[in-house]
Formats: sequence, structure tokens, C-alpha cells
Amino acid sequence: MTLNGLAVGCIYGLVALGFVLIYKATELVNFAQGDLLMLGAFTCYMFVVWYGVGYWPAFALAIALVGIFGAALDAMVLRRVIGQPQFAVVMLTIGLGAIFRSFASIAWGSEIYTLPTPFSAKATRIAGVTVSHEYVSIIVGTVLLCVLLYAFFAYTRTGVAMQAASQNQLAAYYMGIPVKLMFSLVWAISAGVAAIAGVLLAPVSLIDINLGFIGLKAFAAAVLGGFGSIPGALVGGIVIGLIELFSGAYLPQGFKDVAAYVVLLIVLAVRPQGIFGALARKKV
Amino acid sequence: MRVLFKTSYTQDLELFRDGVQRNWYAALLVGLLIVPLLVPSYLVDISLVFIYGLCGLSLMVLAGYTGLVSLGHAAFLGIGAYAHVYFVHDWGLPWVVSVALACVVTAAAGVLVGLPALRMTGVYLSIATLAFALIIQEILTRWERVTGGLKGKPVDKPVIFGVNLGGDVAFYFLSLAFLIGGLWFTGNLLRAPTGRAWVAIRDSEIAAQSMGVNLAVYKTIAFAYSAALMGIAGALFAHKIGFLAPETFSVLLSIQFLLMVVVGGLGSLHGAFYGAVFVALLPVAISQARDSMPAWIGAVAGLFGKDAGGATFLAVDRFVKKPGLEPGLFGLILVLFVLFEPLGIHGRSRKLQLYFSTFPLYKRATFRRQKTYMRSERLR
Repeated sequence: MTLNGLAVGCIYGLVALGFVLIYKATELVNFAQGDLLMLGAFTCYMFVVWYGVGYWPAFALAIALVGIFGAALDAMVLRRVIGQPQFAVVMLTIGLGAIFRSFASIAWGSEIYTLPTPFSAKATRIAGVTVSHEYVSIIVGTVLLCVLLYAFFAYTRTGVAMQAASQNQLAAYYMGIPVKLMFSLVWAISAGVAAIAGVLLAPVSLIDINLGFIGLKAFAAAVLGGFGSIPGALVGGIVIGLIELFSGAYLPQGFKDVAAYVVLLIVLAVRPQGIFGALARKKV
Repeated sequence: MRVLFKTSYTQDLELFRDGVQRNWYAALLVGLLIVPLLVPSYLVDISLVFIYGLCGLSLMVLAGYTGLVSLGHAAFLGIGAYAHVYFVHDWGLPWVVSVALACVVTAAAGVLVGLPALRMTGVYLSIATLAFALIIQEILTRWERVTGGLKGKPVDKPVIFGVNLGGDVAFYFLSLAFLIGGLWFTGNLLRAPTGRAWVAIRDSEIAAQSMGVNLAVYKTIAFAYSAALMGIAGALFAHKIGFLAPETFSVLLSIQFLLMVVVGGLGSLHGAFYGAVFVALLPVAISQARDSMPAWIGAVAGLFGKDAGGATFLAVDRFVKKPGLEPGLFGLILVLFVLFEPLGIHGRSRKLQLYFSTFPLYKRATFRRQKTYMRSERLR
């Protein structure tokens, strides 16, 4: 059972990772992250079921398409609001999320789908505990993705340039780093991560246009980890997933759905900078 | 262009800028009073505009004047509506007392949210209010003894001092009276020290603090006042929809309220009302367009040949009848306003006014925004 909580937590962590990547780089908070996840899941479903593409190519196609979409979104829409008040960005991304949901319901219909995967309905017994492959696939996928992202940011030229651009845009620009391109790339990575989370989540949950509301719970994860910390986002996601699972098991009905939000409110009231974050007073 | 030359301090304290402005508002009031005679069949829609106007006013005080963006205002509307119905229906309290109590309950809820909100800024606050709204929605679903749970709760017609105000015309005037009262009170409050402190907090918290504005007190007042307004709106809203269900007060409604203040124009009371007109009447307009547009586009395509007309009619008809088009349209409008007219309808109307009053000399640059790339929230 703990494994299930861990797996759901990994999904929250991945979505939260998307928030954090974008927030660190561009200081925009993307309320449409959950809807990007939904688009990823739907794209993969479309290729697998409608066009008969295999699972793995469809997975790659979904990541690529949603990633390109994210970069295009940054280049055409979100770049215009950098430097404007946070409020404008919040409104903009909420509006974008509504457009995505509407697009999905027009393009793919508002029915509920299940995505057939190589892991579906298979289970292994390890030491007397039945472990279903879907959950294992989520955890393994998350770990692999994290290693990959860590290696990218730490060891490649582009990754380091990205870190520089997110620390100080102007200084990075003076050093010859194409800051705008970096931001688009961050958006592409973040959208791609959301798509991966969506495809991994699809066999466990069902695909429908409201899949994006998982983004709200991922907020709790991101805030719990401190909004600007990448390991924090993952740990926060796992903690939220476990809390949700255990409150569903041991507390009265109804607590499972709100547990994440209660935790979020408590964290914001008690320690707004999160577990890993550092609070700084703005200088004038 | 008319420049007002102020000669005394009492002129500064007037509610209206000059006689011309006052006369325009008087004309608007007369117009609103005779509306029931002109369009009797649309009164229900128009009273919804007034109720949304109150909601817009409430969110405008919080988001537009104090700079605290709430993504969970539908929760306050829900608390107000349920509290009012509970007091009137289950306790049998008089209508006026019940509205006042609902107001107090929502204000208390506002303080409850406002207190932790003192430690948060910007987007964290939005997320916290969003979480609060989701929790409230869950409570409304689960607390069946008071709210009726998922089965919902029927609402009686409003009866004030023994007079039944449930008719369309009576309810129209009731909502109008509350909207005017709310606008008058808020307008005055915003000119008073409280309102000025709110604006100072919005523009710069640190500057306001160093001028002696107590952040905690004024933010809490803003939350309480905004929530109280929402409580009154909730009571009216309950009578308007006639049946309460938890899913009415969803996140989508909160987003509609935000749409209202953004489209109307942040930081102006006019904006709240423009936004309310827009949001309340847009669904009506959409459903009208849904019925007439396929035939219209089909007729245009029909000019190019008989088959093209019929095929286009069917295609457009199938497209506009798809479910889920409406929220996307709302989202699109929101995006377009944020990108191209951040000052909203109110800003656009001010530009038009200035254009005509300074006719050949209008300069675009008057309203040009400064871009501040270095404005960062984490510069250490």
C-alpha cells in the first residue's frame, strides 16, 4: 500500500518539478501545468489507440509534441508578460489552462479513456506483497528522469547555461547566453516532464479532461518543498502522496480529498518558505 | 479638455468630481429604475448582473485595491449563501437579521483566511485561498446536517418585514438597492484612510509599512470587508438560483470572479461593474450565437454553391454544440485581455474619453506601460 502512495507521490513530485523549473527560471507560476499533463496523456492515448502506434514510440512522440508545444507557448505568449505583476501571469496561465481543457474536450471528447500499456494488470509477488507493475513503472520512471535531469543540469553546457540564466538574467545575457532561448528550453523541459507524468499516470488513473486538476495537489507538493527547490519538489510530492494515502485509510471519509490542501495551508501558515526553501526579505 | 480647478477643500471631499458627473450618475439611476418597464423579460438576467456586481466589488477591494489576489472567492459566496439559508430556513430568523448574520459569518471566515495570509505574498496567497476554497467545498458536501450535502438545499422566496419580494421586479429592485448601497459604502471607504492604506499596501508593502500603515490590521480588514460583501451577495445569489448545491461554488466560479475584475479593469469600481455585465451576459450571448451562428455562416457559404452551404452549416453546428466550448472561450478572453488590454474595459473607456476630449492631440504614449525586466521578487 505504501508503494501506491509512493507512486502517486512521484506523480505529484513530477508535476511540482515542472512548476519549480519554470518558477526558478522565469519567476512565472504556471497554473496550466496540470493541463499540460492532461494533454500529454491524451496525445499518447491518441497515438496508441487511434493510430495504432506502439506504446514506447507513442510515449516519445507525446513527450516531444508537448515539449515543442511548451516552447512555442513560451515564445508566443508567456514571453510578453515577463516583468509584469505576478497577478497577470496567474490570470494568463489560468486562462491558458481553460483553453487547453476546452481544446481537449473538443478534440478528444469528454469521455473517460484507459490507456493500454505493457504494465497494465500485471503484478509480481515480492516477499508476500503483491506489487503491481504500473506503480513500479511510475517509481522507476521518476527515478530515471531525475537522474537524467540532474546529469543534464550539472554536466552539460546547456544545463549550466540554464542555471546561470535562472540565477541572474542580465548577467547571463552579458556572458553571451541566449536567455530567451534558454527560457523556451526550460518551458519545453517542463512541459515534457508534465507529459511524462501524464503518460505514467494514465494506467493508474483514467484519462479525462479533468486530469489536470492534479496540478492543484502538486501545488501543495511544490509549496511543501519550498517553491524554488528541485529536490524539495520531489520530496514534497512523495510526502503529499503518502499523507493522502494514510489519511484515506485511517481518517473518516472525505479527508483523503482535502488532506493535501490542509497540509498546504498549514505549511503556508507556519513555514511559508517550505522545508527546503530559504526566506529572504526584499531589499528596497 | 475640461480641467477642474479646485478652490476649496470641501470640493475634494465630494463624492462626485463635478456637477456633470453627478448628473450622469443620476441619469443612469433613472435609467435603471425604468428598465423593468422596458425589458420585463430580461429582468432575471439583469438582477444576476447586480449580484455579480457585488461579487466584483468584493474582489475588486481585495485584488484591485489591496493587491491580495484571491482564487477562492466562490467559497465566501458559498458560505454566505448557506449561512443565510440556514438562518432563514432552519432557525426561522427574520430576513434582515439573517443577512446580517450571514455577513458576520463570512467576515469571520475572511479573517480566518486573512490571518495566515499575513505571512504570505503574491502567488502563495492565491494558492492558499485556492486550497481554502477546495476545503470549504468539501465541507459543504460533507456537513449534511446544515448544508443538505449533495442532495442540495431548496431556498424560499425572500420575505422582508412580511412583504414577499420573490417576484422578478421586486427582486430586481432588491438587488439594485444592495448594489447601490455596496458601491456607495465602498466608494466612501476607499476615499477614507482605510482605502488609502489599502492602496498603499498594494503599491508597495514596505513603503506603506514605513509610512506607519499596520500591514496586519489593514490586510485583515480588507479580507473581512471583502468577505462580508461576498456574504451579502451570497444571500441574494441563493434566492436567485433557488437551490443550493456544493458544486455551484466551484473553483470555476472563483475564476469567473477573477475574470470579472480583470476584464472590467483592476483598481476601479467602474471596472467591477463592467466586468459583472460582461460575465453575466456572456453566457446569454454565447447561447444566442450558438443558435444563430450556424445558419448565418451556412448562408454565407451558401453563396459559393448549394452543397457548400449545407455542409458548412452542419460542420459549424456540430462544432458550436460541443460541450466544453464555453470555459475555453472564457479562458481565451482572459488571455487576450491580459496580453493586450491589462487595464480592462475601464482602461479602454478612459482612453476613448481622453481621445475625444483632447481630440487632435491624443498621444498613445500617455498610457504606455513601462517594462521593468529587472523587477524581481528574489533579488537579494
